[in-house]
Amino acid sequence: MAAYILRRLMQAVIVMLAVGFIAFGMFNFVGDPVTNFIGQDATPEDHERMRAALGLDQPFYVQYARFAANAAQGEFGTSYRLGMKVSAVLAERLPATLELVFAAAAISILVGVPLGVYTGIHRYGLLSRAFLTFSLVGISLPTFLIGILLILVFSVILGWLPSFGRGQVVPVGWWSTGYLTQSGLRSLILPAITLGLFQTTLIMRLVRAEMLEVLRTDYIKFARARGLTERAINFGHALKNTMVPVITIMGLQIGGLIAFAIITETVFQWPGMGLLFLQAIQYADVPVMSCYLILVAMMFVLINLAVDLLYYAVDPRLRADRGAVRGRQV
Amino acid sequence: MALAYVDTARRALDSDLFYSFRRSPATVAAAVVVLVYFFAAGLAPWIAPHNTYDVAILDLSNAFLPPAWTASGKAQFLLGTDDQGRDVLSTIMLGARVSLMVGFAAVLFAAVLGVTLGLVSGYVGGVVDAAIMRVADVMLSFPAILIALLIDGVARGVLPRDLHTRVSVYVLIFSIGLSTWVQYARTVRATTMVEKSKEYVQAARVIGLHPALIMLRHVLPNVLGPVLVIATIGLAIAVLTEATLSFLGVGVPPTQPSLGTLIRIGNNFLFSGEWWMTIVPGAALVVLVLSVNLLGDWLRDALNPKLR
Amino acid sequence: MSAMDHPTVILPRETRPRANQPLLQVENLVVEFPTRRGVLRAIDDVSFHIDPGEVLGVVGESGAGKSLTGASIIGLLEPPGRIAGGRIFLDGSRIDDLPPEKLRRIRGKQIGAIFQDPLTSLNPLYSVGRQLVETITTHLDMNQAEARRRAIDLLAEVGIPAPERRIDHYPHQFSGGMRQRVVIALALCANPRLIIADEPTTALDVSIQAQIIALLKRLCRDHGTAVMLITHDMGVIAETADRVAVMYAGRIAEVGPVRQVIKHALHPYTVGLMGSIPSVGVDRARLAQIDGAMPRLNAIPEGCAFNPRCPKVFDRCRVERPDLIPQGPTAVSCWLYDRKEARRG
Repeated sequence: MAAYILRRLMQAVIVMLAVGFIAFGMFNFVGDPVTNFIGQDATPEDHERMRAALGLDQPFYVQYARFAANAAQGEFGTSYRLGMKVSAVLAERLPATLELVFAAAAISILVGVPLGVYTGIHRYGLLSRAFLTFSLVGISLPTFLIGILLILVFSVILGWLPSFGRGQVVPVGWWSTGYLTQSGLRSLILPAITLGLFQTTLIMRLVRAEMLEVLRTDYIKFARARGLTERAINFGHALKNTMVPVITIMGLQIGGLIAFAIITETVFQWPGMGLLFLQAIQYADVPVMSCYLILVAMMFVLINLAVDLLYYAVDPRLRADRGAVRGRQV
Repeated sequence: MALAYVDTARRALDSDLFYSFRRSPATVAAAVVVLVYFFAAGLAPWIAPHNTYDVAILDLSNAFLPPAWTASGKAQFLLGTDDQGRDVLSTIMLGARVSLMVGFAAVLFAAVLGVTLGLVSGYVGGVVDAAIMRVADVMLSFPAILIALLIDGVARGVLPRDLHTRVSVYVLIFSIGLSTWVQYARTVRATTMVEKSKEYVQAARVIGLHPALIMLRHVLPNVLGPVLVIATIGLAIAVLTEATLSFLGVGVPPTQPSLGTLIRIGNNFLFSGEWWMTIVPGAALVVLVLSVNLLGDWLRDALNPKLR
Repeated sequence: MSAMDHPTVILPRETRPRANQPLLQVENLVVEFPTRRGVLRAIDDVSFHIDPGEVLGVVGESGAGKSLTGASIIGLLEPPGRIAGGRIFLDGSRIDDLPPEKLRRIRGKQIGAIFQDPLTSLNPLYSVGRQLVETITTHLDMNQAEARRRAIDLLAEVGIPAPERRIDHYPHQFSGGMRQRVVIALALCANPRLIIADEPTTALDVSIQAQIIALLKRLCRDHGTAVMLITHDMGVIAETADRVAVMYAGRIAEVGPVRQVIKHALHPYTVGLMGSIPSVGVDRARLAQIDGAMPRLNAIPEGCAFNPRCPKVFDRCRVERPDLIPQGPTAVSCWLYDRKEARRG
């Protein structure tokens, strides 16, 4: 157990180091943010003053050391574009994105897994075929278009739900949540569906494929031959084995949600990190870009770690004390 | 000679692949749709009703015309016009051309890169394999769209603005391709490792042939099917990614709008009632991607009878 | 006992109450696979029976239809395969047309099954104890604790050391031979009257094969369980079975007592099959072999399916299909043994 976790932690550290290096590379070598910040018409004196103010006049290794030390303390300097501390800007935007991602993940798992199981068991059923067709349309619809269509129908035509923003938020400690107000929840509906729909169809198709794969295995055939009920076979035996690969992919999918939040936030003008990141790209605002990158990488690593632990709980083959077992085999 | 061709043709028509194709009306419809798109997009500069790239012929008095079947539409603009008086049908044909070109180029780039890395990884093994696969793992844990955005962001920072505008299509192809090679590499690597352990590879070594050469002849036909499936679905994903990036404003330059760019422009007028500027190119994009996905699904099922 | 003594009773379901009746009776079984190039007949008019406590060996090349016959009996044919004709009786009552739920109650309870590969027959995510207990509680009226006690007893009975501890282990913690013992324990959970063992030793090491066969034989003798032992290994049959049915291309070529069939094989195919078994003490220049290969299902020849490979083929074999013809204790489907031919010859 300890060795397994330790190995996973080591891998996580390596990934973080690699991402950190890329982030620093961007930070140090990409573009001339001064121009972006103060515009083409600035005087050379303005230019120099700004360089010094942003710390860009220092030699490479000084910047590197400062980057590493600061990053470890969550300090990423000042946004070129906003003139504010990057960490403060991102911390302010973090709750919006995480609440959106959480809602979307909940939708995609709570809807996607049951639909996948259903279509896997009732392979040739009419309803299954309908779900599958719907899912193919789902994966062919780009996220931004889903958002636009939902806005067109529910905001422009019907006028039921707000088309942009987060609604009213209330602070809970340093966190600001939209889950506790009516306008916050109403504002959440369309973006969460937009973000979750694609993942829902993906998870459904994945669960279905795995389910079909598992239902073909010998141990399922043998379970049938033992006369177990269909219920016990489908939900006791097949579903658990299906979940082993599905858990991994779901981890990746939640990572995907964080990335696709960029698009959803743009469509709905949702004040999250994704919207900020996109604006940073358009203005080559490197501190924001690199901080976002590291933050997202950290979330991915944490998700993967959680997935590994879940794996460990589901699959006894990982739990086995291998040395002892081998000695006992006859 | 002629007889041999007839025979080949008959066998092709009798094959399982063609059989499963004929049996699925959705697949046939998808194939027809994809062919229509290829035709319309490929020949767009010659067959589009208006040349929307030519600023000189634009007439702003024709701006915001709804589709021809509505009361205030004009017959010459079948699907209406946009904010600059450009014919929406023509912009879609030309836009689909840009989207498909970027899509194909990205798929080709990803396939070549992925197959090569997969072969090397599977054949050489050891440290090289470990290194390539580790990079692949990291790439896989980062969504394609994020990688593409970052590469574009970096390119924006590194390149001067006018140069970036000129090469942005290539940046786009590069970034989409670079974010999707992993699947090819994994598939090819697995097949290569299986083939490598087979006896003929050892035999080749014994008779003094370079094993890599002989393996290539065996591995490539074996991976052709899976690679084709990945590439087909990859085309759908590439077109979607391109559209998404263009929608976000980091894709192709606005002077040569792709389908995503058109939707982005149209989105600005969604609230003022000019729905066709968004919905029509949006529908065009979805129909294209859906058809390609249907073909990919069919191909995967047909080449993998186990899954049927 | 003749039919005269018992006036025919019409029962709601098709049953045949008779003393000394066979445990399993398969009559004219036909299994078909519809494909786009027409219907393939994988099993064509197969009839046989198994008596209580008897071990029937079913032998044949792969593709001869042995496993499909077994799957048909327990109603686990993989679609699109289907029973297209014939009847199957268990204890005199018909089971091939039962609704799925009724058939499920028979599986595991009356008819147990053992499959080829013990490595893949067990669900890797559940302990063997859980898999045993769920099977026991499905079929027998026992609570968890009773079922667990029975599971431990079963493990002990199939020769697993320290069953109290091993019961909580997962399949990957057992070796191949031990896993097959667990599979046998699973098949025995509800004390079935018949076990269908489909190539139970093929996937095992040669040294372990004999142990497993001996175990199966002993358990079935102790419990009075009948066995349908499907294998391509004549050696295993010779050692274990009371009677043997030889299958070829979805048909039964010959069926009879093991000794009889081995010593005095009648069907030319069986003769060839026996010729391929090496035996100690008999000095033969070389092992006989049958030329050619079994036909594919879409190319089964007219008449006797074996005719293209048969050394004794004559005109009638190419046009007319032989039925099983009784020859003493054996029955053989070969025109050589038809009375008309005998008279003519």
